[in-house]
Amino acid sequence: MASGIRDKVAIIGMGCSKFGERWDCGPDDLMIEACTEAFSDAGIERDRIGAAWLGVFFDEQNTGKSALPLSMALRLPNIPVSRVENLCATGTEALRGAVYAVAAGACDIALAVGVEKLKDTGYGGLPERTKGTFEDLYLPGSTAPGAFAQLASAYALRHGYSIDELRRAMAHVSWKSHENGALNAKAHLRNRITEEQVLSAPMISYPLGLYDCCGVSDGAACAIVTTPETARSMGHKDAVMVKALQLVPSNGVEMSHNSWDGSYTLTTRLAAQRAYAEAGITDPRRQLDLIEVHDCFSITELVLMEDLGLSDLGRAPHDILAGRYDRDGAIPCQIDGGLKCFGHPIGATGLRMAYEIYLQLQGRADTRQLRGRSGHGPAIGLTHNLGGIPNRNVASVAIFGLGTT
Amino acid sequence: MRASNFGSILSVGAYVPRLRLARTTIANAIAWANPQARSAASGSRAVGNWDEDALTMAAEAARAALVGVETPIGAVTLAATSLPFADRDNAVLLASALDLAENIESLNAGASLRAGTSALAAAARRSDGVRTLVAAADLRLTRPGSAQELTFGDAAAAMVVGPATGNALAQVLAAHHVGADFVDHYRMSGESFDYALEERWVREAGYAKLVPEAVSAALASAGVAGVAVNHLLLPAPAAIAKRIAKLAGLSQAQLQDNLHAEVGDCGTALPLLMLAAALETAQPEQTIVVIGFGQGVDTLVLRTGAGVAKRTPRVAAALNRRVDEPSYTRYLAHRGILQLDFGMRAERDQRTAQTVAWRKHRDLTAFVGGRCSSCGTVQFPRSRVCVNPQCRVADTQLPHRLADGRGHVKSYTEDWQAYSPRPPYLYGNVEFGEGGNLLMEFTDAEPGEITAGDTVRFVFRIKDQDRVRAFRRYFWKAVKV
Repeated sequence: MASGIRDKVAIIGMGCSKFGERWDCGPDDLMIEACTEAFSDAGIERDRIGAAWLGVFFDEQNTGKSALPLSMALRLPNIPVSRVENLCATGTEALRGAVYAVAAGACDIALAVGVEKLKDTGYGGLPERTKGTFEDLYLPGSTAPGAFAQLASAYALRHGYSIDELRRAMAHVSWKSHENGALNAKAHLRNRITEEQVLSAPMISYPLGLYDCCGVSDGAACAIVTTPETARSMGHKDAVMVKALQLVPSNGVEMSHNSWDGSYTLTTRLAAQRAYAEAGITDPRRQLDLIEVHDCFSITELVLMEDLGLSDLGRAPHDILAGRYDRDGAIPCQIDGGLKCFGHPIGATGLRMAYEIYLQLQGRADTRQLRGRSGHGPAIGLTHNLGGIPNRNVASVAIFGLGTT
Repeated sequence: MRASNFGSILSVGAYVPRLRLARTTIANAIAWANPQARSAASGSRAVGNWDEDALTMAAEAARAALVGVETPIGAVTLAATSLPFADRDNAVLLASALDLAENIESLNAGASLRAGTSALAAAARRSDGVRTLVAAADLRLTRPGSAQELTFGDAAAAMVVGPATGNALAQVLAAHHVGADFVDHYRMSGESFDYALEERWVREAGYAKLVPEAVSAALASAGVAGVAVNHLLLPAPAAIAKRIAKLAGLSQAQLQDNLHAEVGDCGTALPLLMLAAALETAQPEQTIVVIGFGQGVDTLVLRTGAGVAKRTPRVAAALNRRVDEPSYTRYLAHRGILQLDFGMRAERDQRTAQTVAWRKHRDLTAFVGGRCSSCGTVQFPRSRVCVNPQCRVADTQLPHRLADGRGHVKSYTEDWQAYSPRPPYLYGNVEFGEGGNLLMEFTDAEPGEITAGDTVRFVFRIKDQDRVRAFRRYFWKAVKV
């Protein structure tokens, strides 16, 4: 019987580049920026790393395939490096590789790096690319906002909301994230907005307006992980521990089978259940101190509140408008500004989320620092990614906590 | 009337694109250059959506014609002067879209506006008992400012022709052909637009000289007296038709409307579309004369049968389905005449992996999914392992055609970011009536027209265009019912 990953691996260092339109930086610059911070944070030299995982999504954007972009950028001493890709869960997948390697005893200290250089595309939004030699022959040439906008009409139909009612809750989602992002020096978008601005913004993919969509940016983030014993020996007391790391890909049901009604993300529901079990969380609404979810679009975050079991089915709009996920709410969500304000350099996003949880759990989040339920700071945080589109995707849920439990 | 050795028309189908461009819209745009346009600006012309061409329109007309018709269909003839491929069997592509049997005889007819009537005559002349699907369609480009821009229109018609049955719509009594290299208009291979000659010359030296003689010969061949003709179908302006009727001694015959007010001159399709319309109003045991004109004259003489009493009004239905296209520039852009800047997203390479297209040709062209023989679950695309989470059994899927079913919209968007020749790009999840789900493009819909819960049917349309390699690919889209 598998015992899960809980408390087997500690995070001893993390780094995150400034996210944004980094016109003067290539992927190597971004990786070095994040890794330099992480090595300094962990207090180790790069030659202590036994193996590394590199998460990059877009082959087309010239970071490059394989181990080489990371190995060469950092001039690593020829250690094993694996490039991983799992859609928007790529950053978390890189972390998963490093964490599993340490847990398996394959290496003592491992590095996970995620990077994406999107702003060499030449236009706004994500790069246009083929969906596959067969898929191009029958799937619509959909965009990310268009594919996620599907959630809105299906959710409205399923739960009896008008699109306008739904849009008001979606506007609050984006407003809240901009309030948070304004406090974060590493965020791409740091402007405050009003809900009225969200509602009156130009339409991108109905009913998603401009402010219902996350930014598009360049960035990198990374984590250095080791065993609890090594962490202690290095002086990291009460280190941030990995409590759960779950990955759930679609198997085609949402794409082809009508048991899915289009109003939720099936994989997130499964990943959350498994992660809570792995982390020993029995009541996530009371136990989670903060969450970073895949708010690629406002409607995504809205349905995720239900898929993660934090709002009752059909109630997420009410909970959102009641401020439950605001920074002073019961479960602060996107306290760093989320994808909304950081943008979504795909390979980096999962690790960027973990970075915020890591800082918050250690009480190092500057003016964003949460006090937690106890008033002594947050103790448990969750990150979630949803890669792909609601019809077929890869969901990841990671849970981090302070010390062993 | 002599006993006929010819076959009968067993069914008809008609297709007119939903979009109608008011001729005043054209005239308002081009009258500065062509003041005569204002006087010719009554009614509308039917214009194909950006994703329609002669092939897709023929497919829609053919699908209507095939409803309730006995199978098998042994032959298909596609007549058009504006087919998408100069060298690739358009008729086979049509047969594939219709999911007809693979051992089908196919023929592409074109290069003359009477290709439709010639194809109809050839099918009726068969004596081997084979049922032939004859489809005629045209979507002809017209140069902005030209007279043709005001008079042409896009449409298709189809008929199944075969051995007479008690329910046949009409039997062909005679088919007569004249070949005459009278160049009323022409278009060289590779050219986009027709070059038209003087109308008065065409009328006097062309129609007036060639058609009456041809009609007399055809009636003689059928053993039918001119006074017995009930309906005369001449695909020409109304004034010409009236004059020809008189010259041919058929003044008493009812002149079939040439659909100028609603459709326009749809080329090879026009005589067949007029015949389809005539068969919707004709009584049993009436005589119809159909003319095809273009470097000669085809004349078919038909006698309506008992089937007309039970007909489905296909032309009326096609004419009733209409939406005004208010934008002349959008119409020009759809035809590729006006090259709009759609931004960098439109630069995406649309190369087709032909290996995959062939491997999956029935799935894609005929819209055939799979039905699990173990659990009954319908799914698209067909896959090796059943998608039903309660089944997941391997190699159980039997072909299941989705094209003729219905679906309902589970979700949708109007995407202004995606490239579409007619923004916004409309797509969403469609659940098939028999089960299964697919993210599909919606077509023939304006923003605000599609809502979750709507019922849709499926149509064969252009999916996208590979401009680098000059290739067009097709797939099925959802249309609100």
